[in-house]
Amino acid sequence: MNLVEHLPALQVVLPLLSAPLAVLLRHGGIAFAVVTAGAWAAFATAIGLWLQVGEVGVISYHIGSWAPPWGIEYRVDRLASFVLLLVAGTAAIVLPWSRASIEREIPRELHYLYYAMFGLCLAGLLGITITGDAFNIFVFLEISSLATYVLIALGRDRRALTAAYRYLIMGTIGATFYVIGVGFLYLMTGTLNLVDMAERLRDVESSRPVLVALAFITVGVSLKLALFPLHQWLPNAYTYAPSAVTAFLAATATKVSIYVLIRFWFSVFGETLIFERLPLPEILLLLSLAAMFAASFIAIFQDNLKRLFAYSSVGQIGYITLGMSFDSVSGLTAAIVHLFNHGIAKAAIFLLIGGLVLGLAKPGGAPPAPTFDRLAGLARRMPLTCFGIVIAGLSLIGVPGTAGFISKWYLILAAMEAGQFWLVGAILLSSLLAIAYVWRFVEVAYFRPAPEAAGRQEASLGLLLPAWLLVIATLWFGLDTSFSVGSAAEAARFLVKVGG
Amino acid sequence: MTALSLALAIPLLGAIGIALAGRRPNLREGVTLATAGLLFATVLRLLDPVLAGERPQLTLFEILPGLSIAFRIEPLGMLFGLVASGLWIVNSVYSIGYMRGNDEQHQTRFYVCFALSLAAALAIAFAANLLTLFLFYEALTLLTYPLVTHAGSDKARAGGRTYLAILMGTSILFLLPAVIYVWHVAGTTDFTAGGILPAGMDSGTLTLLLALFMFGIGKAALMPFHRWLPAAMVAPTPVSALLHAVAVVKAGVFSVVKVIVYVFGLDQLAGATDWLVAISGFTIVAASVVALNADNLKRRLAYSTVSQLSYVILAAAILAPLSIIGAALHIAAHAFGKITLFFAAGAIYTAAHKTEVSQLDGIGRRMPWTMVAFGIGALSMIGLPPAAGFISKWYLISGAMSQEAWAVVVVMLLSTLLSAAYFLPVLWRAFFRPLSAEAQQHCHGEAPLPMLLALTCTAAGTLALFFFPDAPLALARQLLPTP
Amino acid sequence: MSSGGVLEHFTYIVTVFLMVAGLYVVIARGNLIKKLVGLSVFQTSVYLLYIAPGKLIGGTAPILSPHYTVYSNPLPHVLILTAIVVGVATLALGLALAVRIKETYGSIEEDEITAADNAVQDAEDARS
Repeated sequence: MNLVEHLPALQVVLPLLSAPLAVLLRHGGIAFAVVTAGAWAAFATAIGLWLQVGEVGVISYHIGSWAPPWGIEYRVDRLASFVLLLVAGTAAIVLPWSRASIEREIPRELHYLYYAMFGLCLAGLLGITITGDAFNIFVFLEISSLATYVLIALGRDRRALTAAYRYLIMGTIGATFYVIGVGFLYLMTGTLNLVDMAERLRDVESSRPVLVALAFITVGVSLKLALFPLHQWLPNAYTYAPSAVTAFLAATATKVSIYVLIRFWFSVFGETLIFERLPLPEILLLLSLAAMFAASFIAIFQDNLKRLFAYSSVGQIGYITLGMSFDSVSGLTAAIVHLFNHGIAKAAIFLLIGGLVLGLAKPGGAPPAPTFDRLAGLARRMPLTCFGIVIAGLSLIGVPGTAGFISKWYLILAAMEAGQFWLVGAILLSSLLAIAYVWRFVEVAYFRPAPEAAGRQEASLGLLLPAWLLVIATLWFGLDTSFSVGSAAEAARFLVKVGG
Repeated sequence: MTALSLALAIPLLGAIGIALAGRRPNLREGVTLATAGLLFATVLRLLDPVLAGERPQLTLFEILPGLSIAFRIEPLGMLFGLVASGLWIVNSVYSIGYMRGNDEQHQTRFYVCFALSLAAALAIAFAANLLTLFLFYEALTLLTYPLVTHAGSDKARAGGRTYLAILMGTSILFLLPAVIYVWHVAGTTDFTAGGILPAGMDSGTLTLLLALFMFGIGKAALMPFHRWLPAAMVAPTPVSALLHAVAVVKAGVFSVVKVIVYVFGLDQLAGATDWLVAISGFTIVAASVVALNADNLKRRLAYSTVSQLSYVILAAAILAPLSIIGAALHIAAHAFGKITLFFAAGAIYTAAHKTEVSQLDGIGRRMPWTMVAFGIGALSMIGLPPAAGFISKWYLISGAMSQEAWAVVVVMLLSTLLSAAYFLPVLWRAFFRPLSAEAQQHCHGEAPLPMLLALTCTAAGTLALFFFPDAPLALARQLLPTP
Repeated sequence: MSSGGVLEHFTYIVTVFLMVAGLYVVIARGNLIKKLVGLSVFQTSVYLLYIAPGKLIGGTAPILSPHYTVYSNPLPHVLILTAIVVGVATLALGLALAVRIKETYGSIEEDEITAADNAVQDAEDARS
C-alpha cells in the first residue's frame, strides 16, 4: 500500500469524511478543526497530484480496482490538477477566515452544520473535477449543489432563503439537463467513462441523439456556470449568502462547472465533427459578449457592493467562455488562466468585503448590507481592507502587473490569431466598464466624507491575513506566470491536440 | 548591485523610508532629499558608460514565455532618466516649501506617491521592451492618481476622474492591442534600433498600428486626448511641475519617440506619417490658441505643455535624423523651461494667493526674482536665445527643412508667435502695470526660500542648457544609427 | 428501428410528456410547493429515460445461467437508484426551505414574497 498511489482517492475522501465527523461531534470548534484539517489535507493532496502529473503525465486511478470502462476511473491530467489546486487552495484559505466571520453571521448552534456543509461542498467540487465518469460527475455535482443551497440559506438576510430556493430550482434543472444529456450518450455509446465515450462517439457522431445530448449537457452546465442569460440565480445567491460562502463559491463553484464544460467540449466531443453541425461555439461567443457587456454594465449601477461584484462575476465568466469559443490553444489558455486568475481575485474581494461588513456592524450587532451610503469615507477607517479591494479590482480591469492582465493578454492574442479584430475592440471596451464599477467603489470609499468621524478601525488580523494572501497572489500571478500560464498552456495544448 | 538596478531600487526604498518616517516631518523630508540626491548620483554614474557606447541591461523575470520585465539603457532613456531624476531633487526642495507654506494635508502620502511615481518614470525610461514600458506606464497613471486628487475635494475628484478615464481608457483601448499586435506579428517586443516589425507590412495596417500607438499613449496629450492634462491641474503645484511638465508627459512623448525609432524604425514608416504630422501640427496651434484665452495661469501653462509636447511628436513624425535629435533635445529643454514656469506659478500662489493672469498686475515689483525666472522659462518656451528651447527648435526646423516639409516650418513659426503672444503679456503685466488697489493692501514679498531656490536652479538650468548642450546633444546623436 | 407506431415509442412519449409537464409546472406556477412537485415530475421522467431502454423484452436479470440467453442491462437501474436518492434529497431540502420561507415571510406564493421584499427595499430607500 503506497500512499502516493492513492492520492486521487484521498483527494475526495478526506474532505468527504470530515463532513459527517463534524456532524457527529456537534461542536463548532471541533467541527472547525476537523473540516479545516480536511481542506488542508485536500490542498496538500492537490499539490501532490500536481507534482505527480508533472512527472508521469495523466494519472488514472481505478476506484475499487475495477478497471475502466466498467469501474469508475479517477483521471487527473494537467487541467484537472490545476482546478483541484484552485478549489482546494481556496477552501484552505477561506475556512480559517470564516471562523471569525460566521461568529457574527450564523447562530452559534448551527456552526457545526456550516462546517459540515462546507466539507461536503468541497468534496463535491473536488469530485467533479477528478472523476472520469460522466454519471459520477452528476452525483458529485448534486453533492456540492445540495450543500451549496444550505450554505446560502444560512445567510442572515431573509432573502437568503428565497435566493437559495431559486438556486435550488435552477440548479436542479441544470443538473437534470446534464443527466438527460449523459443518458442519451449512454444510450448511444454504452459507456459512461469519458475517455471510452470519446472513442466510441466517433462511430455515432452524426446521429441525432448525440446532438441532443451535447445540447442538453451544454445548457445544463451553462446554468450551473451562470452563463448569461442563465445567470439569474447568481446575483442574489452571492449577495445574501454569508461572506465566506460567497467568497468560496465565487472562486470555485462556477469555475468547476466551466471545467466540466471544457471537459465535454474538448475531451469528449473534441474528436468528433459535431461542432460543424451544431454552431455551439458561435452561440457561446455571442452569449459571452452579452455577458461581458450587459452584466458589467448592470454591475455599475448596483447599490450593494456584494451584488456589484456578483454581476461582475457574470461578466468575467463571459471572458472565460469567450476564450473557450475560439477553439484554439491561446483561446483555451486564456480561458483556463482566467478561470484561475479571476477565482483568486474574486475570492480576495469577497473576503475583504466580508471583513468590511463586520467592521460596519455595531458592537454585538449583525453585519449590515454593504450599500454604498455605508461605505462613504471607509478608506480612512479600514485602509488595508479598502486598498486590497482596489488592487483585486485592478485585476478585474486587467491592469498590467495584476493577474487579470495576463488573462486579457492571451484573450486578445487569441482573438488576433483568429483574425477577429472586432472582438479585440469588444474585449477592451468591456474592460472600461470594469474601470467604471471598480472606480465607483474608489470614489465612495476614498473621497466621500464619512458620515461620522471615526478613528482607524481595521478588520482583525485573522480576517485580513487570508484575504491579503489572495491579494498578493493576484499580484504575484501577474508577474510570475510560470505556474499559472505554464499549467494553463500545457492543459490547453493537451486538450486541443486531442481535439485536432 | 549594478548601477541600473540601484537606480530602480533607490526610489522604491526611498518610498518605504518616507512612509516609515511619516510621523516626523523633518526626517521624512530629509529622506526624500537624500533619496533624490542618491538617485541622481546613481543615474549620473551611468551617463559616461552610456556615452561610451555601453548598454547596461537587467532582466528581472519572465512574465510570459519569451516576454520579460527587462531594462536596458539606451541614449534617449538616459536623457529622460537624467532629466527626471535631476529635477526631482530641485522639485523636492520646492515641494517642502510649497507643502509647508500651504499647510497641505496627508503629506506623507504625497511624498510616498511621489517617490513611487519617480520609480515608475525611471522604469519607463530604462524599459527594454514594450511590455515593460506598458506595465510601468499604467503604474505611473495609477500612482499619480492620488497625487492629482490630493485635495480630496469634489473638484479634485472630478479632475481625477477625467485624468484616469482618458489615460486608462486610451492605454487599454489603443495601446494594449497595439502592443499585443506587435508581439503577434513580430514575435518580440524588444526595442531594437531600426525597428522590429517584419518588412513588407502593408501601409494600411502600418498606419492603423501607428495610430493605435500615438493615441494610445495618452500621456503625450495628442488631441483629441489632451483633456486630462488641464484636468490634472487641480493637483498641488509641485505635482503639476514635476509630473505634468516633466515625468508623466515626458514619459508620453518619450514613448512616442521610442516606438517610432525602435519599434517601427524610420525607414519602415516613410510615407505613413503624414496624418500624424497634420494632427500634431494642429495640436500645436490649437492648444496655443486655447492657452491664449486661458486666464488661469496653470491652465495656460497646461495648454502650453500640450502644444509643446506635440513639437516632439511632430519632430519624430517628420522622420528626419536632425528632427529626431531635436525631439530628444526638446524633451530636456521643455522640461527645464516648463518646470520653472510652474515653480513660478506655485510661488505666486503661495506668496500672493493669486491664480489668474489678470490678477498679476505689477507683481514683478513684489516678486522680481520669481518673475525673472518666469521670463527665462517663457523665453525657452518661445524658443529664443539664450534659453534651451532655442537649440531644440533649431534642430526641429532644420530637420523639417531637410525634408522640405515647409508646412511644418510654417506651423513652427506660427506657434512661436502664438507662444510669444500668451507669455509676453504675463511679463508685461507683471513688470509694467501698476499694482491693483486690492493688491496694494495685501502685503507680501517673495515666496519661501526653498521655493525660490528651486526656481532659480531650474531657470539657471534652462540657460545652462543653451550654453553647454554637449551632453544631451551627444546622447541624442547616439539615437541615430551611425552611418 | 422499424417505423413502429405509437406503441413502439410508448416509453419515450411518456418520458417526454413527463419531462415537459414537469418543467412547465416549475416555470408556470408561483406556489413554491407546486414548483417542487413539478421539479420532481421532471426528475422522474429522467428515471424513465434511463431505465426503459435497459429492459429487453424477454430478458431477465443478469444472473448467468445456461437457461437464459437474453439479459436486461442492470447498470441503468443502479444509476437511477443513485439519482432517486439525489432527487429525494433535493425535494427534502426544497421543502425544508419552503417551510423556512413560510415561517419568515408568512407565505409560499412567489409574487407575495417578491412584494414583501420590495416593500422592505422601498422602506430602506425612503429612509436613506
